[in-house]
Amino acid sequence: MNVDVLNRTGIQTTNQSKLAIADCDIHPRPPGAGIGGVSKALYPYLSKRWLEHVQTIGVRYRQPWERGSAYPKGQPQACRRDAWPNGDNPGSDLAFMAEQHLDPNNVAFGVLNPLTSGQGAQDPELSAALTHATNEWQVAEWTSRDTRLKASVMTPFEDAPTAAKMIEARAGDPNFAQVLLLTRTAEPLGQRRYWPIYQAAVDANLPVGIHAFGYGGSALTTGGWPSFYLEEMVGHAQCQQAVLTSLIFEGVFERYPTLKIVLVEAGFAWAASHAWRMDRQFTKLHKEVPHLKRRPSEYMRSNVWFTTQPVEEPEPREHLADAIEWIGWDRVLFATDYPHWDFDDPAHALPLKMTEAQKRGLFLENARAVYGFA
Amino acid sequence: MPPVVDCDLHPTVPSLAALMPYLDDMWRETVVRRGLDELNTIAYPANSPLTARADWRDDRGKPATTAERLGKDALDPFGTQIAICNCLYGVQATFSEDLGAAMARAVNDWIAREWLDRDPRLRASIVVPQQNAELAVAEIERCAPDRRFVQVLLLVSGELPLGRRQNWPIYAAAERLGLPVGIHAGSTYRHPNTPVGWSSYLSEEYINQAGAFQTQLTSLMAEGVFAKFPNLTFVLMESGVTWLPGYLWRLTKFWKGLRSEVPWVADPPASIVQDRVRLTLQPFDGPPEPATITRFMEHMGSDELLLFSTDYPHWQFDGTDAIPAGLDPALAQKIMVDNPLNTYARLRETTQ
Repeated sequence: MNVDVLNRTGIQTTNQSKLAIADCDIHPRPPGAGIGGVSKALYPYLSKRWLEHVQTIGVRYRQPWERGSAYPKGQPQACRRDAWPNGDNPGSDLAFMAEQHLDPNNVAFGVLNPLTSGQGAQDPELSAALTHATNEWQVAEWTSRDTRLKASVMTPFEDAPTAAKMIEARAGDPNFAQVLLLTRTAEPLGQRRYWPIYQAAVDANLPVGIHAFGYGGSALTTGGWPSFYLEEMVGHAQCQQAVLTSLIFEGVFERYPTLKIVLVEAGFAWAASHAWRMDRQFTKLHKEVPHLKRRPSEYMRSNVWFTTQPVEEPEPREHLADAIEWIGWDRVLFATDYPHWDFDDPAHALPLKMTEAQKRGLFLENARAVYGFA
Repeated sequence: MPPVVDCDLHPTVPSLAALMPYLDDMWRETVVRRGLDELNTIAYPANSPLTARADWRDDRGKPATTAERLGKDALDPFGTQIAICNCLYGVQATFSEDLGAAMARAVNDWIAREWLDRDPRLRASIVVPQQNAELAVAEIERCAPDRRFVQVLLLVSGELPLGRRQNWPIYAAAERLGLPVGIHAGSTYRHPNTPVGWSSYLSEEYINQAGAFQTQLTSLMAEGVFAKFPNLTFVLMESGVTWLPGYLWRLTKFWKGLRSEVPWVADPPASIVQDRVRLTLQPFDGPPEPATITRFMEHMGSDELLLFSTDYPHWQFDGTDAIPAGLDPALAQKIMVDNPLNTYARLRETTQ
């Protein structure tokens, strides 16, 4: 397990040829205010009542700070230093994003995942107002202006009936490619209170992306709150493990067999081991969950996908190919996380020996199959 | 002939009554007057198939209630010559620190009299009131002169992440006395049993124990415990093995990106683990095909990390198949003999 930085055998540039790619995790952000604040770009989509609310009380999440995230990021807004268009927020300017990322990296399809959209805001009606505004903003500023980009339906997911209505309203709308949830919700996402969201997503034929982060209020570890941003970042994987376990063991995939879940920004190298562990426990405790008709790993194999970024980087790199093979090459979807600091460059991330078919699948075709990109 | 060492077995406290002789007057009276119930936590429901293999239960359905039974079930069939008992009675979960301390004292004395005195093959971990580091240190110091106590036992999920400085007196005492710190599956239930809220099912809770170990290992790393206590070993018990490589790839990536936040972590996480962290074998949580296990073991990158365990009486395997098929026999030998002896300094004292 020693890190051997000099041994680069087996490492080769992945996508030098700049084949068209799908980027399944791009973060647009309204200009101006950050977390806790509301950008003026969203004002046109807010009623007078909610405009007054955000101007007097703001947005309160289950975390301490009026402005900013619970753990200070490694750098401002957790973004690349070179991704600030004229000093405004990274991800706030389509022309800049196209010039820096979409064009040079030959992004054929990009899934937009806004992160400061009011999801998880404590006031459920405010959450509904802000997520609605964010949906309108995505169409007005992004997808209607660049057809490569597809929006996520943002919802007040803690109020599932309202969320379901908002999903229903976007059914059949070609601007939207998925429903987006966050990992850290008030309760594990497999629980019944969230089922109307899955019903609506299935009815609208939209996959459900579950992105790292969120403000559920539970301690970030089962042993309490850690001290460091490093721990939060590494911990996204363990949070996603808990979410996946919850979805499977609650029987969500039995109830919604056509539901597609995409786990976003928490890596995938943990997934095979997690499936082995789930299967072992299921063997012993299946009487506790008789509603499961298949082994946990089978649901993972048929209903769950993983985005690549931040891709794990073992030494030697070939071990990553094992980790992919153990969950299935059709399960991984390439993502850059643009404009964040831990951006994965499609030309250099995943320096693996891949067959042409594996490469095309991972960078483009798998996403096409999941999202139905034409 | 070097000894086979089983590093994780669980004697069952048959009832609170069994501990009464080991409580002082005040606490004995408290138990009776206040009608204290058993301190068995919800982690291992008594009749759950996970809690005990069917063939390891006695006539009343209880497993591992005597040293004799443990020897017959778990030592003789595996050729085990040394076995480390980790008592999981829930003393760490009492909200009163004083009650926790009294119960920990009783458990340790009960273990010494009813188990260690009765079978010379047995060793034990020191159960401590994890609620309060000061009281935990006192218990470690009280038990440590008995060289049959070979480790300090903590539950993976307590009130604070294990790396936090409030826990450091425990690590200082363990290091000073030459005792590894064994971290075991289990919780004091101060926080939801998953990092995204309370789960509905026992299955989920147990599966998420592996995630708990991952986050607590991150905590020990990030807080600088390995740098502060350079001679301390941590043993991760009963929560899977196969999560380790993929976890370390991710941790290493973020350590590279965010080192400025934790400048005291000077070495790559994987090399810290190789030097300072061990894992017990069961449950291994391996792939179903032996060939994949062989391939997976390359990802582990070291043959020194694993310590043999049956996790008796918990049900992790059938018969005597404690070594996963697909493990190289030479590696199995290291796991059963050399690695435990190299981890627990006190075992050598009685085997040489």
